[in-house]
Amino acid sequence: MEQAQGQQQHSIAIYLWIWGVLFILSTFSYLVDYFHLQGYTRWTLIIVFMLLKAGFIVAIFMHMAWERLALKFAILVPPLCLLVLIGLMAIEGDYTFITRIASFPK
Amino acid sequence: MNSTAETSAPASGLRGVASDWSADKQAFPVPWGKAMMWIFLLSDTFVFSCFLTGYMNVRISTTVPWPNPSEVFALQIGGESVPLILIAIMTFVLITSSGTMAMAVNFGYRRDRAKTTALMLATAALGATFVSMQAFEWTKLITEGVRPWGNPMGAPQFGASFFMITGFHGLHVSAGVIYLALVARKVWRGDYERRGSYEIVEIAGLYWHFVDLVWVFIFALFYLW
Repeated sequence: MEQAQGQQQHSIAIYLWIWGVLFILSTFSYLVDYFHLQGYTRWTLIIVFMLLKAGFIVAIFMHMAWERLALKFAILVPPLCLLVLIGLMAIEGDYTFITRIASFPK
Repeated sequence: MNSTAETSAPASGLRGVASDWSADKQAFPVPWGKAMMWIFLLSDTFVFSCFLTGYMNVRISTTVPWPNPSEVFALQIGGESVPLILIAIMTFVLITSSGTMAMAVNFGYRRDRAKTTALMLATAALGATFVSMQAFEWTKLITEGVRPWGNPMGAPQFGASFFMITGFHGLHVSAGVIYLALVARKVWRGDYERRGSYEIVEIAGLYWHFVDLVWVFIFALFYLW
């Protein structure tokens, strides 16, 4: 218990700092839409800003950066399975789309 | 912890993972409530990922054009149409609430009862603001004829995805507001002072940051895509 409490003694400054970073990143992602960026530029920027924000929230706000590696692995590795689901469902979606175009021509 | 374990520092890196998982002791040296909250959040990650993957699938497979979120969620301000402005404000409100929550946890560990309570109540108030804005957004879309089975702007799957994903997220925020208010009341009453541990505040904080984390993904994948 003492050890766990010792870990949490950060200065308030780091939270204000991350707060500011999240504000700036959110503004950037909003500007991507505001300036009507399209295609791969849009998707790349959206994904990069999204992952950066998610990383800062988990690492600093949720204190994951200060946890032991065993807990980091236990929580952060299982969601990687979702990449398989996303990949399969993207292929499936394409297949459904092509089938609809082929079977129900306008 | 016994004295021998304290004198030798625990191994770090992969060797530390091996010793944490193989030694005859508790695998995660954190309070059990915190470990269980993390595992709950992991399961919730899968729930939200299933919704977002389902949304991706129907959006790829529909032959009808997807409504442009930039226009659907635009607001008329001073006679001018500002794209996505309400969603941007909602995002800032939720990030701010995450900031106040992180500071509440910090003041909790410093045993500052008044500041912890105040920051937690501020977090809950910002959460309530978020839900109110979401209610406004739902009302606006429903009056424009958006339904789970169809809408005047394009692909009928838009409504189903929208109500399902934002509804489930809004439910999480609402539950979080109640949860934070209850914990704030206990902080103020001095329950954790007597127990000598403010870890419940951190556990509640984990849940709240997760709600913010999910919104980051919804904002990027549903509203901006």
